[in-house]
Amino acid sequence: MNRYPLWKNLLVVAVILIAIIYAMPNLFGDDPAVQVSAGRLNSVDLQLVNEIESTLKQADIPYKGVVLEENRLLIRFTEADDQLEARDLIQQELSSEDYIVALNLAPNTPAWLRSLGAEPMNLGLDLRGGVHFLMEVDMDAVLKQTLESYASDIRILLRDKTIRYTQVNVDKGVLTFGFREQADLDAAIAEINREHNELNAVVDEDAERPTVAITLNETIVRETQTLALQQNITTLRNRINELGVAEPTVQQQGQDRIVVQLPGVQDTAQAKKILGATATLEFRLVDFENDVQDALNGRVPANSELFYHRDGRPYLLNKRVMLTGEHVINAASTIDGQSGSPAVSVTLDGKGARIFSNITRENIGNPMSVVFIESKIETQVIDGEEVSVRRQLPEIISVATIRDQLGKKFQITGLDSTTEARDLALLLRAGALAAPIDIVEERTVGPSLGQENINQGFASVMIGFALVLVFMIVWYRLFGAVANLALAANLVLIVALLSMLQATLTMPGIAGIVLTVGMAVDANVLIFERIREELRLGNSPRASIEAGYSKAFSTIADANITTLIAAIVLFGFGTGTIKGFAITLTLGILTSMFTAIVGTRMVINLIYGNKQRPKLSI
Amino acid sequence: MHLLSKETNVNFVGIRKYALAFSAILLIVSVYSIVTNSLNFGIDFTGGTMIELGYPQTVDLGEIRTTLEQGGFEDALVQNFGSLSDVLIRLPVIETENMAELSNKVVELLQAEQTEAIEVRRVEFVGPQVGEELAEDGGLAMVYALIGILIYVALRFEYRFAIASVLALVHDVVITVGFFSFFRLDFDLTVLAAILAVIGYSLNDTIVVFDRIRESFLKMRKAEPVEVINTSINATLGRTIMTSMTTLLVVIALFVFGGEVIHAFATALLIGILVGTYSSIYVAGTAVLLMGVTKTDLMPPEKEEEGDINPDGSQV
Repeated sequence: MNRYPLWKNLLVVAVILIAIIYAMPNLFGDDPAVQVSAGRLNSVDLQLVNEIESTLKQADIPYKGVVLEENRLLIRFTEADDQLEARDLIQQELSSEDYIVALNLAPNTPAWLRSLGAEPMNLGLDLRGGVHFLMEVDMDAVLKQTLESYASDIRILLRDKTIRYTQVNVDKGVLTFGFREQADLDAAIAEINREHNELNAVVDEDAERPTVAITLNETIVRETQTLALQQNITTLRNRINELGVAEPTVQQQGQDRIVVQLPGVQDTAQAKKILGATATLEFRLVDFENDVQDALNGRVPANSELFYHRDGRPYLLNKRVMLTGEHVINAASTIDGQSGSPAVSVTLDGKGARIFSNITRENIGNPMSVVFIESKIETQVIDGEEVSVRRQLPEIISVATIRDQLGKKFQITGLDSTTEARDLALLLRAGALAAPIDIVEERTVGPSLGQENINQGFASVMIGFALVLVFMIVWYRLFGAVANLALAANLVLIVALLSMLQATLTMPGIAGIVLTVGMAVDANVLIFERIREELRLGNSPRASIEAGYSKAFSTIADANITTLIAAIVLFGFGTGTIKGFAITLTLGILTSMFTAIVGTRMVINLIYGNKQRPKLSI
Repeated sequence: MHLLSKETNVNFVGIRKYALAFSAILLIVSVYSIVTNSLNFGIDFTGGTMIELGYPQTVDLGEIRTTLEQGGFEDALVQNFGSLSDVLIRLPVIETENMAELSNKVVELLQAEQTEAIEVRRVEFVGPQVGEELAEDGGLAMVYALIGILIYVALRFEYRFAIASVLALVHDVVITVGFFSFFRLDFDLTVLAAILAVIGYSLNDTIVVFDRIRESFLKMRKAEPVEVINTSINATLGRTIMTSMTTLLVVIALFVFGGEVIHAFATALLIGILVGTYSSIYVAGTAVLLMGVTKTDLMPPEKEEEGDINPDGSQV
């Protein structure tokens, strides 16, 4: 009998129903919205909601609603004009406070769908508009910086041991020290290897004079590179917050690259400037003899300067800078051995340690601060001309009491949490070694092109789909209609899977869907041609259906697996956009196997399964 | 409607000499063009900057060229893109410049000549290093796809089928790439993706034919290989043409309605599918024949899987 067991029918129906539910959120579209998210010092709460609502009401800007989510606030509008107007207004209103105000799109998914976890697909930058940057950390420069700080260390070491060297050089990842005497060379190698087991010091055979060649060992090289990358990612995240981007992405790619995606950003020149800023560190003593309150009222003592902590508290700091970030070799979050509380351990280079040790000896018991200075290039209009101005944004990241005379390695304790320790360590590193970073790839898509891409992509899917539908009905009549049902189900399944996986839909992704539409009917073509063949051989309709499906199966499987191999290779080697094509193609192949084989069989069985000698409409 | 109302019996294998000659000509022209003309590589592979600008009205390309030349961009390539008011500007890698800032400079320069705002529709900048890597990865992807397919087909069929199918694939890829070289079409990342999709598609076609050849060898025990292969190609002809038709339909939809960005991609698919269909009818079968496959070569796999295989070689 050509009949499916009940469970199989139910399975097909259930899969398709679930697919319909999860594909549905994509039908409701988006509202233009303004997103307000909290900076470091604030949180978004009901009070802020009230504040914004009354502002909007006063300005008579109609809005659809305000949604308070975990750490952001979304205000929905009907019109894009209202959205822009409201953004400017809210930005103005909150300018003195630490909030990030950005334009966004809020999906119109009904509550009952959201409660099932159903969400629309993400749109790629080529569809919604925005900038994609690939940034590369200059690892050669990072290694050079590291070697240079070792150079100053080793200089001091050799001087302490009265070993006389003639010249020091850093080139292509190798640090060299030249000597007059062979004996000095031997002594130096012994000393360096004893003091620094992270270095490899050997005799440079190529040099004319006695020379030692020092390289970092593999682990240290890798560690240094990882740190440089992480520190760049952290600083990039901080800077992007200022750009007011709703859903930025900052991700590591490979060993030395960072992907930055900024949906909706159009002013790429500004974005490049902000991303390209640099940061430095300063260690200063806190001026505790004078009153901060006086300074706030405008009476700043001559030898001091007023600074603000990240948490907003003002401090008076000595004008004299004890030490700058270039002397910091490393900073890592750790646990203080004595108190068991979170701490940051800082390592200074030789010269830094000497300066630091002198100053701290005289200031035991006094507070010391670390200032993080971000310098940015901004464009200002001066006398009608645009001028690039470097602006410095200093910020105190730590204030601690000096408990002891500090040397090469010391700890900053009194931190509240491990998160705080980690953040502080990252900032210290970011200010210490500004690893040079370059933009090596940019892809910007304007908003109108994005919309055009969506429209054209949608049109090609629909037109391709319609053409195939007509074609199949003309050729295979009722069987064709069944294949068309399967094709429609296949489209729904692909969209549902993409939405469930929260995959990002791109233009090549849409192309993958279009191609799948054309290729998905292949399985049905194979089956139907087989059925026709069996009928021609004089087999009964029922036997023909049975034979058609069973004989075509291995062919379908082989054909699809080989296409899958190509799609998976594409996924493995492709970059962002090509990956999108590979994903939809792969999903399409898998879902089409289900709909074209199991799905159509169910419908065909329902139509012909009960008839003794049906006349097949094929 | 039946495309082929009765069983066809075209002697495809009989005319294999003509088909081989035709393929040979296409291949020679393709290889010659690739060697002498090379490919019109897009910035994805060469590195460089591409800027698509939307002017408020029709714009004179000559003026833009002059402005760019005066601004120091002598190597800029300027052309219309899609419509007369849309302009595509291409700049090669300029070592001395800060490459990432180039696009902003160009836009600033051109905007200064215009009173109305120019819309920046698209900017693509690829550093030379990245371009090199993309080209390398792309080449590797092609090789790995072919190797993966070779292994799968060798396991499922027999090594001679695997070699024949890869021969057919190389045939398709070379001719598609040759087409891009001959007509000086832009060869970018999306074209590479399309060619990989063509590999998948064309193989799909070839496998269907091979499947039938294997089945027929076991069924038609007394027949000569030529006859077996001919019968198999004829038996699958309806399906080969039908599937190519539906796929071509959607690709044409993509070509016509998908917009400029996807144009090169759709072109590659269009050519690839046409060539792929041709090769699975004329090339793949002939290649198997030339490899000297006989019925005995196909016996062992059947024995191994006897348990779940029907007498006719199909599986349920």
